[in-house]
Amino acid sequence: MSTNTATVYIPRDTTALSLGADKVAAQLQNQQPNINIVRNGSRGLFWLEPMIEVATPKGRVAYGPVQPEDVESLLASDFLQGGSSHPLYLGLTEQIPYLAQQQRVTFARVGVTDPVSLNDYRAHGGLVGLEKALALQAQAIVDEVKTSGLRGRGGAAFPTGIKWQTVLDAPSDKKYIVCNADEGDSGTFADRMLMEGDPYCLIEGMIIAGLAVGADQGYIYLREEYPVAHAILNEAIACAEQANILGDNILGSGKRFNLQVRLGAGAYICGEETSLLESLEGKRGMVRAKPPLPAIVGLFGQPTIVNNVISLASVPDILAKGGEHYQEFGTGRSRGTLPFQLAGNIKQGGLVELAFGASLKTLLQDFGGGTRSGKPMRAVQIGGPLGAYLPEELWDTPLDYEAFMAIGAGVGHGGIVAFDDSVNLSQQARFSMEFCTIESCGKCTPCRIGSTRGVEVIDRITNDEQRSGSLEEREKQIELLEELCDTMVHGSLCAMGGMTPIPVTSALKHFPQDFLPNAAGNKAAQGADHA
Amino acid sequence: MTTTADSSTLAATLNSIIAEHQGLEGPLLPILHATQKALGYIPSEAVPVIAQQLQLTKAEVHGVISFYHFFRSHPAGNNTIQICRAESCQSMGSRELEANIKQRLKTDYHQTTADGEITLEPVYCLGNCACSPAIRVNDDIHGRVTMDKFEHILDELLTVAVELK
Repeated sequence: MSTNTATVYIPRDTTALSLGADKVAAQLQNQQPNINIVRNGSRGLFWLEPMIEVATPKGRVAYGPVQPEDVESLLASDFLQGGSSHPLYLGLTEQIPYLAQQQRVTFARVGVTDPVSLNDYRAHGGLVGLEKALALQAQAIVDEVKTSGLRGRGGAAFPTGIKWQTVLDAPSDKKYIVCNADEGDSGTFADRMLMEGDPYCLIEGMIIAGLAVGADQGYIYLREEYPVAHAILNEAIACAEQANILGDNILGSGKRFNLQVRLGAGAYICGEETSLLESLEGKRGMVRAKPPLPAIVGLFGQPTIVNNVISLASVPDILAKGGEHYQEFGTGRSRGTLPFQLAGNIKQGGLVELAFGASLKTLLQDFGGGTRSGKPMRAVQIGGPLGAYLPEELWDTPLDYEAFMAIGAGVGHGGIVAFDDSVNLSQQARFSMEFCTIESCGKCTPCRIGSTRGVEVIDRITNDEQRSGSLEEREKQIELLEELCDTMVHGSLCAMGGMTPIPVTSALKHFPQDFLPNAAGNKAAQGADHA
Repeated sequence: MTTTADSSTLAATLNSIIAEHQGLEGPLLPILHATQKALGYIPSEAVPVIAQQLQLTKAEVHGVISFYHFFRSHPAGNNTIQICRAESCQSMGSRELEANIKQRLKTDYHQTTADGEITLEPVYCLGNCACSPAIRVNDDIHGRVTMDKFEHILDELLTVAVELK
């Protein structure tokens, strides 16, 4: 019976699992034991998760969001033939507008393939870049990455090719490739999704980086908060070793590259590259002063590439299709695509990979569909906890590195967190400072002490007038906050202390009314006792 | 998981963990992870043993353990629940959720419920930001958590725990 051997795709991505994908899979297998269930990554249409797909001659047909109790009615309908009679029918996956309107380059395979199947990976264009790289001289690989215009996707946007050139030119017998997979920014999940949905792409990118600079050892520094990604990466690495993709004889070339996953331990600061290196060495994650750059004195004192997951995962395609092809996407000095992540209070949250240049409004409205709560959207924070809060007037800004810098914000890792009109921006500003007190490594004073003083000053500004004295006194406190932020920006060793003021000052600039003692949510308004 | 290790089993466990990881570059974090996985926490008696075998000072090992939020020096409950406190979850009501969960469990962050079942911890992002608010129960992440859903999760968790005994 053809229906019994149907192939159904049920994601094993964290978000899908967090909404019950495992139970759906178990229920389906239980009711139809002969069904072939493939545990793929997620397509990134997270508001439809668990979204399951059935393979049909016309292509994959999607249903979602599916709960375990829906399985019975799905099987009773024409689901296994990809029919449209069930209310959860979404049509051909590739034609869902949210997906069809994207430019999936780095995420082309994510959600399509079984993440740990090397056959799937090869069948969908995997390893072509590596095969090309194996035939090239190191300099030619670096040149290809330079041509692509790729800039670091972790947030700092440093040109990847130039970093690689520095490591290539650094004379040493031992060099390292380190992948920064400590994706700690709230509102970001692109790294996780890629590692869970297409781990070989990251592995291939790291091997190519190794060939490019003469490094034979790589580490993926993964945050402990990602147990699913950890399991999938380890499975994929074991398979890649078995298949001679990793190890002493990469695809029969005689060249060597070994790779290990190392777990972080719940320290946000370890996403900062020098702190990450300290942690990998087995130390406290204290930030190092730069220079020397990690490219010259990195892991265990050796020249080291430290790149974000998406930067490294962009490399196989750049090698396979050429740097020219990649740089045709994008605008100005922001070349290629960026996987934007729609998060927070948003109706259609998920991953949207687009060339640079789209407006924020397009993302929030056309893709995001407004807030999840249905209330008006009031603010968005872009680029993680160290990113600016932006009001509606600025949502027309095109999403590219330079345009965002011009408005005092940053695209960062592409994470976008939406808030509805119940948000109080002085509380958000206070949280930014509080977060810095919790996560500062403590090495430099502006960050360690400045953040504590920041919380106190914001409390004085937003508390009632008896506490902060006259209006004049309040003005003085605001001035003090601005000066404090200035000190943190210019006096901190790294981006933690240096960028914590960005959400604070942007909140103060764009939403000053929220800092008044009588603003909803502030202590005076709640009648809290300050005695 | 929260075995109170007597000194000989502790030594045996530690020795095998250290032997397994000693060949790695930068072995300290992998050793601490493995120790916490085996024992549920990193007992203070483990510090001098690890220090000696890695040729570090006790202060260095202690310094690393105390730097990272994830490592614990005292036993935890049978289960650990982490509530995401980061911005995306805040935008979907996590401040209220965390207050309600604390009240429901009658415990605060970094503490364990009176019955020893649940240790409550804050976490800053679980990478599930499109389906906020999120919590993590041991190694399972849950999205779009409401108090109703939380009760359900709790129910399942504690029922399973009883069956295991």
